[in-house]
Amino acid sequence: MSSPHASPRPGLPALRRLFSPGLLFALPFLVLFAVFMVWPLGQGLWMSLTDRALSAHAPSFIGLDNFTEAFRDAEMWRALGHTVWFTVLSTVPLVVVALGMALLVHTGLPGQWVWRLAFFAPYLLPVGVVGLLWIWLYQPDLGLYNHLLDALGLTQYAWLSDESVAMWAIALTTLWWTVGFNFLLYLAALQSVPDHLYEAAAIDGAGAWRRLWSITLPQLSRITVVITVLQVLASLKVFDQVYLMTKGGPNNSTRPVVEYVYDVGFTGYRLGYASAISYIFFALVVLASAAQFFALRRREK
Amino acid sequence: MTSTETPVRTSSAPRRAVPVRPFGRPPRPARTRTNLTLGAGRTTRVLALTVLAIGAVVWLLPMAWAVLTALKSDQDASDPLHWLWPEHGFTLKAFSTVWERGDLPLWMLNSFLIAAAVTVVTVLVSAMAGYAFSRTLFAGRRWLFVLTVAAVLVPPQILIVPWFQQMLTLHLLDTYAAVILPQTVAPVMVFILKKHFDSLPRELEEAARIDGAGHWRIFWSVLLPLSRPMLAAVAIFVFIGAWNNFLWPFVSTSDPSLMTLPVGITSVKDAYGVQYAQSMASAVLAALPLVVVFMFFQRHIVKSVATTGLGGQ
Repeated sequence: MSSPHASPRPGLPALRRLFSPGLLFALPFLVLFAVFMVWPLGQGLWMSLTDRALSAHAPSFIGLDNFTEAFRDAEMWRALGHTVWFTVLSTVPLVVVALGMALLVHTGLPGQWVWRLAFFAPYLLPVGVVGLLWIWLYQPDLGLYNHLLDALGLTQYAWLSDESVAMWAIALTTLWWTVGFNFLLYLAALQSVPDHLYEAAAIDGAGAWRRLWSITLPQLSRITVVITVLQVLASLKVFDQVYLMTKGGPNNSTRPVVEYVYDVGFTGYRLGYASAISYIFFALVVLASAAQFFALRRREK
Repeated sequence: MTSTETPVRTSSAPRRAVPVRPFGRPPRPARTRTNLTLGAGRTTRVLALTVLAIGAVVWLLPMAWAVLTALKSDQDASDPLHWLWPEHGFTLKAFSTVWERGDLPLWMLNSFLIAAAVTVVTVLVSAMAGYAFSRTLFAGRRWLFVLTVAAVLVPPQILIVPWFQQMLTLHLLDTYAAVILPQTVAPVMVFILKKHFDSLPRELEEAARIDGAGHWRIFWSVLLPLSRPMLAAVAIFVFIGAWNNFLWPFVSTSDPSLMTLPVGITSVKDAYGVQYAQSMASAVLAALPLVVVFMFFQRHIVKSVATTGLGGQ
């Protein structure tokens, strides 16, 4: 007995509902989603409970051993620390500089095309290119930056081989490479600030700075929160540029947690342990998202 | 009436009347804005322009330096005394050496094929799922959508190990399929397209439905044509992501003939050692495709990032 409007024709109502057109439309996605996301998530969790290795020996169930090992693993904590440190170091300038760029470009000065190209083009470079380029820029004896610092009479740095500088250098590269993305998001947001606000302010005789502080910036506060959230989540996932520029060095001082997973799994062949660390990292991402979500909700109340 | 050709129906809802907005240029010319956001004062304008110009120079400098290095001989590139201007003049030798090795064009082709395949599959599959979640009813629709939205949180980085295990089991490592398939799952695009379909008016479909059109026809001939700007935005975004993706292609391929550009080019660094001119020549060649595309399609790419970049927030 099917409800009259669910199936207009009688016969096999259950089957008809199962293969309803809606499900058929969603099916290709759902299959890919199940095979390449849900299943790997489950398999990763299962592997984290075994001693699976990249070798012939059959994995055996070892309970939470991988997790207890991870929590005592100083290298893992160090790598997590590097990830968090990089996130702080990169997120702040990636939001602030993007905002500054967007405000300046939005003023409608001539040469819009050039500014957008200059600030956004690096975002289009494959990370392999970014790595090659910045290794060369940071080269201590021949690189551009040390030559420039020298010409200005300033101290030169062993950018990527000095433990106290390397993470800053990577953050700087990341700023150059990806700030264009946030810049475009800000630019789009600026275009949707309603004109009448500025017109009203102009009538009231507010100057340019006043308009910036009292209209533009408050109007951008929501998008700033969103951009910051997205940036934190993106920065937590850092791997590519670090791996390519320093391989996590010098002395593992820049190795982020994603690289630790890679090193443990694909260099050390311990897939089970690598899965456990993946899940610890996942927990960090979920925690960060949840924290930001609740902060956002409180703010909007 | 069953005929879909009934002229009365279709023409009663003229295309123009449908507000296909989300994009379109900003409603007012930039000049009005100038006076609104920045004072009309000359000093402020000159100051802003100066800051902007310095910023642009700083941002373009690395790329200029790469081109400059690539135009030197290897000997001049590593000459600390003449670090700016080459002692023996400019040469295209580094470019020809790199190009003739032959792997760079191959990696570009691989990147293009893989990114194109990822884009076509992702856009089609996500649009269909978006349609299903937006316009149809089926058992489990609600919680499947909740699951999809929740999956936006999952960083692909944590799936590398299980994906690798999966491809190992399926004997797919070092194949295009291994590189492409995991990249086609894009819950965030399903979410964006679902919200987009939600925002489209239903009158046209109603008309088509009365004319006897089924779901596929409504999806393919009514909604997709209306969604061209959104589909383009999603496609551009997916393509750039796939073109530049590093970690998974890096893990899943070890055969140099299957490598994508971002992965292959890093092996150049190891192969060339300190030959900076050649290393920069390959960097410039590898950077060229997307930068040139950007110059021609700047407006579309900017729109794409602005609409998809926020993940529909």
